[in-house]
Amino acid sequence: MEKKEYQKLVKKTQPKPKRSNNLIKAFLCGGIIGSSCEVIRLLLINYFEIKKDASISIILLLLIGLSCFLTSFCDFDKYVIKFKAGLIVPITGFAHSIQSSALDYKKDGMITGLGANFFKLAGSVILYGIVSAFIFCILKVVFYG
Amino acid sequence: MTIIYSFIFCGFVCAIGQIILDNTKLTPGHVTSILVVLGAFLGMLGWYDKIIDMVGVGANIPITSFGNTLFLSAYKGFKSMGFIGIFSKMLSEVSLGICSAIIFSFLFSIPNKPKD
Repeated sequence: MEKKEYQKLVKKTQPKPKRSNNLIKAFLCGGIIGSSCEVIRLLLINYFEIKKDASISIILLLLIGLSCFLTSFCDFDKYVIKFKAGLIVPITGFAHSIQSSALDYKKDGMITGLGANFFKLAGSVILYGIVSAFIFCILKVVFYG
Repeated sequence: MTIIYSFIFCGFVCAIGQIILDNTKLTPGHVTSILVVLGAFLGMLGWYDKIIDMVGVGANIPITSFGNTLFLSAYKGFKSMGFIGIFSKMLSEVSLGICSAIIFSFLFSIPNKPKD
């Protein structure tokens, strides 16, 4: 059988992903995270008299701590598979990727396993963030001064 | 009102990520990297600050804000210290996200038994 025919057959039999369903799930999940964080921030500012910058830091700490905790002690992977981008795109996905690679490679030892593979998934975010910020900063300095 | 804006904006960014995931063969790692670069680009144009003013904390939650803060702190460093400032001030404000993720995940990985 030729390659093209085979690929056609594969495409026919592959289950089609439910795109609109996934999209709605991701939108709702992201939206609920965002709006609940806004509610927490308003509560912090109005009732605990915390400054605006500090309240954002507290919320980020809460989200990161919560997702690390859920990944290591509960089944956060299950929810990530279910909601996909709704949990990957917020900062929870960053913490989840670090925590899950730490758990996966712990069996190889503390240095060569956990230490060496700590940033296996989150490293790309840090690398491309810093490189792109550097390039854009140079561009802005050159064109706008 | 900012609660509704937060819902819409945070959901919108997640929906963009989901569209990229569903329609191409890219992995979640690609999607987050693309969004970080997009955030830095919006920061360069000065649009992301306006979004944060309007939306509130809903714009600080998606990973795009990571790129934006990286760019802003690097640019602030350039303003105050010149070319060296880009390197010395770049990580000053995202330090909270990176350090807390490292410390929490290290502490929580200690009591867990290694998986097979």
